[in-house]
Amino acid sequence: MKKYLSFFRIRFIAGLQYRAAAWGGIATQFAWGFLTILMYRAFYETSADSFPMTFSALSTYIWLQQALLAMFMFWYFDNEIFEGITSGTIAYELCRPCNLYSMWFVKNMAVRLSRAVLRCVPILLVAAFLPDPYGISLPQSFEAGALFLISVILGFLVLVSLSMLVYISAFYTISTQGIRMLATSVMEFLCGAVIPIPFFPVVLQRVMYVLPFASVQSTPFLIYTGYINGIEALHSIGLQAIWLVLLMTAGILLMKCSLRKIVVQGG
Amino acid sequence: MIELKNISKTFKVAQRSAGFSEAVKALFKKEYTYVNALRDVSFTVQDGEMVGYIGPNGAGKSSTVKVMSGILTPDSGECIIDGLTPWKSRKEHVKNIGVVFGQRSQLWWDVPVIDSFELLRDIYKVDESGYKKTLSALTEQLNIGDIIKTPVRQLSLGQRMRCEIAASLLHSPKILFLDEPTIGLDAVSKIAVRDFIKTLNRENGTTVILTTHDMQDIEALTERILLIGKGRILLDGTLSQLKNRHSTHKTLTVDYIGEKLPEAENMTVVKDMGGHAEIVIDTSLISVSQAVAQISASVELKDISVTGESVDETVVSLYKEFNI
Repeated sequence: MKKYLSFFRIRFIAGLQYRAAAWGGIATQFAWGFLTILMYRAFYETSADSFPMTFSALSTYIWLQQALLAMFMFWYFDNEIFEGITSGTIAYELCRPCNLYSMWFVKNMAVRLSRAVLRCVPILLVAAFLPDPYGISLPQSFEAGALFLISVILGFLVLVSLSMLVYISAFYTISTQGIRMLATSVMEFLCGAVIPIPFFPVVLQRVMYVLPFASVQSTPFLIYTGYINGIEALHSIGLQAIWLVLLMTAGILLMKCSLRKIVVQGG
Repeated sequence: MIELKNISKTFKVAQRSAGFSEAVKALFKKEYTYVNALRDVSFTVQDGEMVGYIGPNGAGKSSTVKVMSGILTPDSGECIIDGLTPWKSRKEHVKNIGVVFGQRSQLWWDVPVIDSFELLRDIYKVDESGYKKTLSALTEQLNIGDIIKTPVRQLSLGQRMRCEIAASLLHSPKILFLDEPTIGLDAVSKIAVRDFIKTLNRENGTTVILTTHDMQDIEALTERILLIGKGRILLDGTLSQLKNRHSTHKTLTVDYIGEKLPEAENMTVVKDMGGHAEIVIDTSLISVSQAVAQISASVELKDISVTGESVDETVVSLYKEFNI
C-alpha cells in the first residue's frame, strides 16, 4: 500500500509544478462559469417555472462543476501513460513489482487531484462571495453535505476507472486519438457536463440515470444542491458503488488480457 | 542462474508499399509479414558472471532482454531465472533484477532525482537503513552527490545516465540488465559508467548482462560474449577466443634505418615511406618473432609496434562470416 501512496505523492508533487497553467485554468473557468450562468439567466427570465431546478441551485451546480473540473472532466488524460504505451517507457513500469492497474489508477487520481487542488480553492472562495443567486450556496442540509462528500469521492473513482478503460485501449490501437474523442463526447453529454441531467426529457433522464456516466459528477452535485435527497440519494450512492466495482473489475480483467500479449515498441 | 532454452518469438509487422492507392488498399486488407525476432535462443549464465550481448540492430538483443525481464512473453521455449519464469511470476521475479534501458528513462522528468529514488525505495520496499547505505555507496561511486537534488530535466545525458544506473540498483538486485547503457555518452562518462559496472560485478557479485554497440564497452567489461544475429545465437565464447579465431592478421609498424625491407610471401608491406613502414603478417604462417627476426636481419630497427585487429573489426568480420 505504501508504494502506491508514494507513487501518488510523487505524481501529485509533479502536478503541482505547473502553477502558470493553474492560473490560466482558473481564469478560463471563471469566464466559462459566468458565461454559462448568464446564459441560463436569460432562459430563466423568460419563464423560471419551466425549469426543474431553482436558479440559485443551478448556479451552485455550475460553480461546483468549474471548481472540480480537473476531477471530473473526462478529457483530462494523463499523456504520460499514453506516451508510455506508444513509445515503450512502459517497459520500466513493467519491471516493477507492482500491479500496473493500481499504479495507473493511483497516478491518474494524483494527476487530477493535484490539478483540482490548485484550482478549486480560489474558484470556490470567489463564488461563495458572489451575490445570491449567482454564487455558490451551502448544501441544503448537514446530511446533504455529508452524502455529497461520500458521493463526490465515489464519483471521482468511477471517473478514474472509466478513463482506465481508455488507457487500456491504447494497448490495442497505436493511436488513441479516435477513442479519446469519441469517449469524451459521449461522456460529456451523458454525465451532465454540458447540460445538467434534470434538464433532459424525462425518458432520456431515466436511461441516463442508470448509465455509469451519471454516477460521475451529476450524482454528487445534485445531492449537494438538494435535487436528489433522502432515500433517493442513498440509492444513487449505491448505484455509484455498483458501477465502481463493475468498471474496476472490467479494467483489471482487460489489463490482464492485454499484458499477456503486449509488445513493447522500439529498440 | 539464468537459463534460456529454445526461446522463440515472432512479431507480426504490418506492411504496405508506398503510394496513395496502396494506402487505400491497406484500409481494407492489411498485409502482414512475420519477423522472427528470436529463433531457438539458448544460453546459460552463471551467478556473478558478466556477459556482453552483441549483435547488429534488430538482431534480437533487446527482445532477449525483454524476455528475461518479464516484459515480453515468448511464443515458445523456457526461461528460468533463479528458479522463476519471468513472464509467469513477473512480480516476484522483478524484485531480483535491475534494468537499465539506455534509450528510455525511469526518472521523473519534473522532480529532483532524489524523489524518484525515494519512490523506488517504497516500490521495492527497501528498508530505511539499507536504502541509506546503498544510496550513499551509489552516490559516491557514481559521483552523483551534487546532482541528486536537481530536477531531471536539467541534467545532462551523462549525469542522467549515472542516475538511471543508480536508480536500477537501489534495491540491490542480484542480476542487472544493461541495454545500451553508454549510448550517447561522452568519453569521461563512459569510463565512469564502465568502472562502476566493473566494481559492482567484482565486489557485489552482481550478474551483469550488457547489450551494446560500443565494442570498447565489451573490451573493457566482459570476458564472455554472446553474438546474436537475425534472432539466433551465433557464438558464445570469450573475447580473446573470438579475436584469435577471427584475426590471424597482425600489423607491424616499424621505424627503421636501412635500404630495403625484406620481401617474403608471408609478409606484405602495405605502406613504406622510407624509414617508416607498415607490414601485415599472417600469424598462421609466420610468428611475430620470426617476422621481426627477418626484418631486423636486413634493416636496423629503431622502433616497432604490433597491433591486432580491433574488436570492431572482429565483429564486422563475424557479421560477414555469418551473413548478417
